[in-house]
Amino acid sequence: MASADLWNVRLSVNGVTHDIRVPARRLLSDFLRHDLRLTGTHVGCEHGVCGACTVLLDGVAVRSCLMLAVTADGARITTVEGLTAPDGTLSPVQQAFADCHGLQCGFCTPGFLTTITAALEDNPEPSAEEAREIIGGNLCRCTGYQNIVKAVLRAAELRSAADQAITS
Amino acid sequence: MTAMFGEPIARLEDDRLLRGNGAYLDDLGHDALAVAFVRSPHAHARVRDIDVSAALDVDGLVAVYTYADLPGRIAEPLPLLIPHPALSHGRTGYPLAADQVNYAGEPVVMVVAQDRYLAEDAAERIMVDYEPLPAVVGVDAARAAEHLVHDDVPGNVAGHLVQSNGDAEAAIATAPRTLELDLYVERSASTPLEGRGVLARWDTEARRLRIWTSTQTSTGVRAAVATKLGLALADVDVITPDVGGGFGVKIVHPWPEEVLVPWAARQLGRPVKYTEDRIEHFVASAHERGQRHQVTVGFDDDGRVLGLDVRFWHDNGAYIPYGLIVPIITSTQLLGPYKPGAYRVEFSSLYTNTVIVTPYRGAGRPQGVFVMERTMDAIAAALRLDRATVRERNFIRPEEMPYDHGLIFQDGRPLIYDSGDYPAALAKLKALVGWDKFEAERAAASEEGRRLGIGLACYVEGTGVGPYEGAHVVVETSGKVKVATGLTSQGQGHQTVFAQIVADELGVPIGDVEVVTGDTRAFGYAVGTFASRAAVMSGSAVALAARAARSKAVRVAAAALEASPDDMEIAEGIVRIKGDPDSGIAIGTVAVLSNPLRYAFDEAAKAATQFAGGDISVPPVAEGDAPGIEGREFFSPLRSTFASGMHAVVVETDPQTAEIKVVRYCVVHDCGTLINPRIVEGQIHGGVAQGVGGALYERMAYDETGQLQNASFMDFLMPYVSEVPDGILIDHLETPSPLNPLGIKGAGEAGVIPSAAVFAAAIEDAEGIPITSMPISPSDLFSLREARQRGEVAGELRGNGGREQ
Repeated sequence: MASADLWNVRLSVNGVTHDIRVPARRLLSDFLRHDLRLTGTHVGCEHGVCGACTVLLDGVAVRSCLMLAVTADGARITTVEGLTAPDGTLSPVQQAFADCHGLQCGFCTPGFLTTITAALEDNPEPSAEEAREIIGGNLCRCTGYQNIVKAVLRAAELRSAADQAITS
Repeated sequence: MTAMFGEPIARLEDDRLLRGNGAYLDDLGHDALAVAFVRSPHAHARVRDIDVSAALDVDGLVAVYTYADLPGRIAEPLPLLIPHPALSHGRTGYPLAADQVNYAGEPVVMVVAQDRYLAEDAAERIMVDYEPLPAVVGVDAARAAEHLVHDDVPGNVAGHLVQSNGDAEAAIATAPRTLELDLYVERSASTPLEGRGVLARWDTEARRLRIWTSTQTSTGVRAAVATKLGLALADVDVITPDVGGGFGVKIVHPWPEEVLVPWAARQLGRPVKYTEDRIEHFVASAHERGQRHQVTVGFDDDGRVLGLDVRFWHDNGAYIPYGLIVPIITSTQLLGPYKPGAYRVEFSSLYTNTVIVTPYRGAGRPQGVFVMERTMDAIAAALRLDRATVRERNFIRPEEMPYDHGLIFQDGRPLIYDSGDYPAALAKLKALVGWDKFEAERAAASEEGRRLGIGLACYVEGTGVGPYEGAHVVVETSGKVKVATGLTSQGQGHQTVFAQIVADELGVPIGDVEVVTGDTRAFGYAVGTFASRAAVMSGSAVALAARAARSKAVRVAAAALEASPDDMEIAEGIVRIKGDPDSGIAIGTVAVLSNPLRYAFDEAAKAATQFAGGDISVPPVAEGDAPGIEGREFFSPLRSTFASGMHAVVVETDPQTAEIKVVRYCVVHDCGTLINPRIVEGQIHGGVAQGVGGALYERMAYDETGQLQNASFMDFLMPYVSEVPDGILIDHLETPSPLNPLGIKGAGEAGVIPSAAVFAAAIEDAEGIPITSMPISPSDLFSLREARQRGEVAGELRGNGGREQ
């Protein structure tokens, strides 16, 4: 029984272009984790419910376990490893999680970070209720979400402060 | 220097995890072969034949193993981890099913291939011929014992235990009032976001085995695997990488794959890895909580409990590797903060054809608290007394501490509470939730057509069970401090809290302290992370080890400065004479001086070499002394320490849809002294959310044939943010434990323990319908309302949970 055919995939991941040949059935999550060895993206359920595998695909939060690598051909992907500034500074969302004790075991965290990053692009000043909505599709078993909600609001503050610093 | 102990500092773990630089099990071993298992589709069946031929031409297949391939001790049943005299019929599974499967999900064949996709290709081509047998599903079927799970276990009874203190039967017989209650709790599960996983490398040249596993006990896995594979402990390293949550399920060991993967790695001379997927975690790891209870209580007209008799039946699933721990905890921790005049408890632990049952955060306590608190509410309702008042009248008083219940606890030691102040905690809780003002709140809501109810529940939690933990603290010549303790971490922030302890004890900046946990290469003696024991056990050991290192540093520096050790202090990593800040020697330099050298390795090291001076009348290393600034100490307490707490919740139940909403959730918590309040509150938040899940949403929906119908995150309703309270009000009480050097009690499990009890109380209060079974969904509540309309359930009274005799 022969291996499945391989397909060419070109992806820009965190600003680096990769040309890789993969089987058609390779999940985007497995492609990122095992082919590119970007293991910050985690897999918690493989059926699109937990959100741990969320990455940004052309700026939109998607579940990489529900997508094949070949269908992402040509896309621009940001994983948790790509959220930090080029000088290594934590992004506002990452910093907010550290400030607010928004993580415990850290397994679900990359999916929250990418989800919130995308949401704050759309809604830079969420209310407390909107903060809960933003994270409403991600599962965490450790934190009870209390400090993640706080982290969303804190991230919005940090983001806005950074914007103002740039403007002035 | 600011003291670190007690400060709510941010976690030292976070930076790495936030950058995506964590290293969880499946993030390792990219070069490893992958494993997939063929699992039984039947809950109970004989294995007649296994035909692997169709799998053999799958590209990338490396090996297929069935039970018949397993040699020696690997072919024996997995260990029974915690034997007990009452566990008369302990049975454990084989790594791969021998000739019978006892739950749907049990591993039957192991496939090894180039990657997981190919391993699954091969696995699905393997044909297993089963002869199905009748399945025993649920406590009631197990008790009825119409069919047996194991042919040689009569009545499906794995073990049976009775404990008593006083003559409960006589006390109940002569009590002015009595009540009986039937109470049931359904199964749930730990459900960490990361499932199990193991990676093994056999070094063919060094002939050593290295295992990475997502476990709560690296030393436990090491001992078990070394025994199974016939290796010396010294030839096996077990490393716990970052672990994506545990909550109890990962204390069980060795899992089948923890034996099979290392064995296959050695057989094949290649690294091998298994990563459990989500459905496997549902059907082949462990569940907990399923128990049915019958309570008889005798009490006086003031609500004081004179006699309490509890019988319960525990569903332990197909095997019982973890022994009777869960029902023993229920049977002892049920007593909570109360002192019944006499107590008798009897339980049977029963086999069923379902996934095994092992401790899940709370570990039998949620059921015990549910039983006791439902009883307290029933007594209050029968006497038309305030529910808080009834509890207060039954409390152990602070002046009665230490309090001996006259029973044996889960650690095999007497159930003696070390400290606690339950009346003070209750006063705090009543203030926090507005207990005394609630009737006005209820009335105001009622005028708006809203239906509110309030409940409270109390618990006492034995934490920090032995036998011991140890720690090693060493000061490097750079001044950095390396700390190692053997127990593992699954997100509790051990690196932070242990560093806080060491920074204070040793007098060094916290940034210079680096903590390693769960790596047998760094520390080989340990028990594991369970029973809210890490802070108590390893925290104490770390403090003792740091004190030993400090004492050595002070002695060496005092000799160098020709001062008395009593006059020395260490601050900001400088060892100096008190009151003389200029006298100091950096602690890293002290480490250099402590190690007499022949060979210099840098400028500072020259001071310790043999021609640099020193007292030639004594040996360079004095008798009984050792080179280096380090401490290695163990902490082994006499018995467990007892944390406690009380929760209250105000719920709103929708008159039409029976939806149950949390209006206010309040926690008063006493875990002794707090190392890091921020981390303790995080533990409480997470526990409360799991408690909400267990009380209102989560259940294991087995059908009568033993198929788990909701084995996915689509169908098993783990709470999202939308299901947890928007804010949790927390107040702390600190009654330090006298049983350890830091006064700590454990905090990890507390948040989840009283949830079923507190929600049952509040929903009962809102609806006036007895709540005797948890979890309770809107559909369940709706059905209860209909049953009441048909006159099938008693109780127009608020809080009437029992039948008065």
